[in-house]
Amino acid sequence: MEPVLSVRDLRVHFVLDEGLVRAVDGVSFDVAPGQVVGIVGESGCGKSVTMKAILQIVEPPGRVVGGRMLFRGDGAEAVDLARLDPRGAAMRAIRGAEIALIPQEPMAAFSPVHTVGDQVVEALRLHQRKWRPTGPALSSADARQMTVELFRDVGISMPGERVDAYAWQLSGGLRQRAMIAMALSCRPRLLIADEPTTAIDVTTQAQVLNLLRELQRRRGTAIVFITHDLGVIAQMAHHVVVMYLGRVMEQGPVDDIFHSPKHPYTRALLRSIPSLLAPAQSPLPTIAGSIPHPLGRPPGCAFHPRCPELIAGVCDRQAPALKVVEGEQSAACFLYHRDEAEP
Amino acid sequence: MPDVPAAPAAPTAEERVSVASNWTLVWWRFRKHRLAVASALVLLGLYAVVLCPDFFSTQDPEATDARLAFIPVQRVRLFDGWSPRPWVPGIIGKRNTITLRMEWRLDETRKVPVHLFASGYPYRLLGLVPLRVHLLGAAPGAGAGVHLLGTDRLGRDQWSRLAHGTQTSMTIGLTAVTLSVVFGVLLGGISGYVGGLPDLIIQRVIELLQSLPTIPIWLALTAALPRDWSPLRVFFAITVILSLVGWTTLGREVRGRFLSLREEDYVLAAELAGASRRRIIVRHMVPNFLSHIIATSTLAIPAMIINETALSFLGLGIRPPAISWGVLLQEAQNIQTLALAPWLLVPGLVVIVSVLAFNLVGDGLRDAADPYGD
Amino acid sequence: MTAPVLDVRGLRKFFEIWRGFPRRVVGTVRAVDDVSFTILEGETLGLVGESGCGKTTTARCILRAMAPSGGEILFRTAAGGVVDLAPLSRKALRPLRPQIQMIFQDPFGSLNPRMTIFDNVAEPLLVNGMRARRARLERVAALLELTGLRPESMHRFPHAFSGGQRQRIGIARALATEPRLVVADEPVSALDVSVRAQVLNLLLELRRRLGLTMLFVAHDLSVVKHICDRVAVMYVGQLVEQAPAAALFARPRHPYTAALIRAVPIPDPRAPSGDVALAGEVANPAHPPSGCYFHPRCPFVVERCRAEAPALRQVDGHAVRCHRAEELSLAGAGQGIAS
Repeated sequence: MEPVLSVRDLRVHFVLDEGLVRAVDGVSFDVAPGQVVGIVGESGCGKSVTMKAILQIVEPPGRVVGGRMLFRGDGAEAVDLARLDPRGAAMRAIRGAEIALIPQEPMAAFSPVHTVGDQVVEALRLHQRKWRPTGPALSSADARQMTVELFRDVGISMPGERVDAYAWQLSGGLRQRAMIAMALSCRPRLLIADEPTTAIDVTTQAQVLNLLRELQRRRGTAIVFITHDLGVIAQMAHHVVVMYLGRVMEQGPVDDIFHSPKHPYTRALLRSIPSLLAPAQSPLPTIAGSIPHPLGRPPGCAFHPRCPELIAGVCDRQAPALKVVEGEQSAACFLYHRDEAEP
Repeated sequence: MPDVPAAPAAPTAEERVSVASNWTLVWWRFRKHRLAVASALVLLGLYAVVLCPDFFSTQDPEATDARLAFIPVQRVRLFDGWSPRPWVPGIIGKRNTITLRMEWRLDETRKVPVHLFASGYPYRLLGLVPLRVHLLGAAPGAGAGVHLLGTDRLGRDQWSRLAHGTQTSMTIGLTAVTLSVVFGVLLGGISGYVGGLPDLIIQRVIELLQSLPTIPIWLALTAALPRDWSPLRVFFAITVILSLVGWTTLGREVRGRFLSLREEDYVLAAELAGASRRRIIVRHMVPNFLSHIIATSTLAIPAMIINETALSFLGLGIRPPAISWGVLLQEAQNIQTLALAPWLLVPGLVVIVSVLAFNLVGDGLRDAADPYGD
Repeated sequence: MTAPVLDVRGLRKFFEIWRGFPRRVVGTVRAVDDVSFTILEGETLGLVGESGCGKTTTARCILRAMAPSGGEILFRTAAGGVVDLAPLSRKALRPLRPQIQMIFQDPFGSLNPRMTIFDNVAEPLLVNGMRARRARLERVAALLELTGLRPESMHRFPHAFSGGQRQRIGIARALATEPRLVVADEPVSALDVSVRAQVLNLLLELRRRLGLTMLFVAHDLSVVKHICDRVAVMYVGQLVEQAPAAALFARPRHPYTAALIRAVPIPDPRAPSGDVALAGEVANPAHPPSGCYFHPRCPFVVERCRAEAPALRQVDGHAVRCHRAEELSLAGAGQGIAS
């Protein structure tokens, strides 16, 4: 099956007064239909910028400067999102209808002066020709009815009344569900969830994650799930992409990543998180140093100053390419591709 | 016991940023606004005049001579032929047989040489040091005086009067705003930090003052000033009156900033450490909005200048023989005078330039002193 | 037996809701409702719960950043006497301030951006009488080294440091006056994953070296399990369970605790978690349900839970607020669904 989204060597640069920031520096990954791909990384790794690049909403001074993002919508004809004008009609037709976003902060994503129902109806009407190619235009009564159904689908209680509520009247969990309803309203092939549960409580998070899993199973929507929480990734993703300072360090099936991580960064990261199952009160193994400033990117492999398995003379000179290590798992590390390094 | 380390020698750019205090960062950001920097230079020039207007004057600003009325502008030419010898054109007077008044016009053929740092009328620098040197003056023995901006109907040199007027007007602007800042920060701070009853009272007072129509109040207050007061006293009284209403806007802003700063974690940390209220306000809160206040104040100065100019123009502020821009503009009140001597409007131009400069500098400062963090 | 440094009894904090014209009280938010716990010397107590549970308000009451509505906060001072902090005036609290300090959540808001690191860390020292600059310089240098920073960095400003480093500076400041009790309010929530471990290790190390007594407020159960000796769980202003950390996580007694534990996603794709999610929303502290506040969401609810509010009682070493605490057999961390 052809992947829904195929990102190849994506590069996004930010031209600042202080210098050039390579926020995304050659990122490649695929999203198969119906699959959940988790992109995990810490601050400065470029995961949010990657998401914005896919939707072509990177703000200046950022610009997509290279790479391809092949998207196969319902039309089955692959289109390179990187080539589309961010404000053009083609991209706008894709945004919301084919690729939808669940943002991190639902309070900020909803307009405070419109009801949540109105905003979902707006999305429905805007893209009605996509999911309803023939027939008369959608009436407001029908749109409202559809919205109520959508709200019921995502588990919002009393949907008929909630449709007329304002975002600030709803609790965090309800807001996020309304956001999911809006994102799914036009039946997109790809859903991008940008840290959707970071701002909500853990019990509500469990509900929202269950909901996403259920909806994804039922509708076959592919999801790109961006988060820094490794626990959430373990529970949600089928395939994991680990990013650091704008590059992919490792990617592979979720079980392989967690049970047999190959890249030193992934290994160190997994070791350093406190887990409910781990013994308490013993010092956690940490990653030495701290994340470098994006302007002070280390030469060669971005992780080398903090890497416990540094190969001097190699890792600090050249950046390793992402290559297959085992099965479907690939890593960008000279430990596995020593022969790739030039002497 | 570890040795107490000294401040690092700060070589790299990153090092410089890390040890840069807020003011240094503000300055670096301000430098990037070229228009603001140019305006700042203009203001510096104007304040140089404020410090010593006599140095910049050519004649005694109060010396009247009815025979020298309405002399046109004598523009300085820097080169006499090819040699760098500054000169001004001479003037020829002719008595108008009908009005019996002397009418002057420029005579380009007669060249009156002009010297830098020439000797002129005596004055005291800052009221202390007796001096006679002026920036520009007619060469000794030239016979005539130099009127770079002409004269008015009483024969008073406009250039010198403008210099003295600049001193008055700019000082009033600055002083009135300073007083407003003091009132505003004090009362606004109490209102914002203490809250409760003082807040309630101060806010109502602010609302009361703001609801009073300003122009009639000013007119009433300045008209109430005794006519026999010396110009200096009138000067101070005008300043105080102008700041009495001006502080209210600032007071409200300061209160708002205090209310938001009160919620900051570092303020709570200081409270938990046991710091007194006064220390928290002075040491923790004020520095965090000072740059913002300065930017706002700089933008308030032009309003004060215009207010003073308006009052004096109407005859209710600074009165002759004291000189301010408003007083100078009084001379340009009727069409006939303007038709005869359009150079009397130059003070208006100076008002515009100074107000523009303050606005640009204030804008630049406000952008540079981003109140939401560094 | 070690004496408790802090003994909180029946702490209450209510906020009144004013509406209407003229202003009238129309309701009360019971943010903290009869909370009691003790912290022994050298112990770390974790206070967990979700948003609106009142843990932050409890912490602020203990610190006396706000005045409680009722209850007692018995604090054992360095001199050995026991003082009730709750009714004290601002003036009376001042000499006690250096003994209770706080570590803040937000590393970017907890340091005064206009002051150098030295000024920030030395502030508690200066305010409490250490006038000699030399003495302060030495103490700040020692504190910075203690928290893993280079002493020369004291001349820099906060904007030069990363989140993790600023949090270390915040910890250094909290320890400046050698406090008897440190209240840590979500100290690692705002940090990156890899930095969290560093700061947690630092806190463990400092606890060991200095014998710190800590109240650790957090919503992240994994972090709490890692660092706390005992854990207290709050829900809508009430304490619902309190027990030693190992016991609480292995075998919780309150259904809410069990639900919380189950909801935490475990970083292992093979571990079962998050599959049976708790229904409903967190109750509104202004209009709490009748009887047991948790009953609308509880999978084990019976008629009694709707009618009668349970009291906090001792069950098998846990303090639990649940009618059915003895009969329920709830699953702990990493196990399957409860029975």
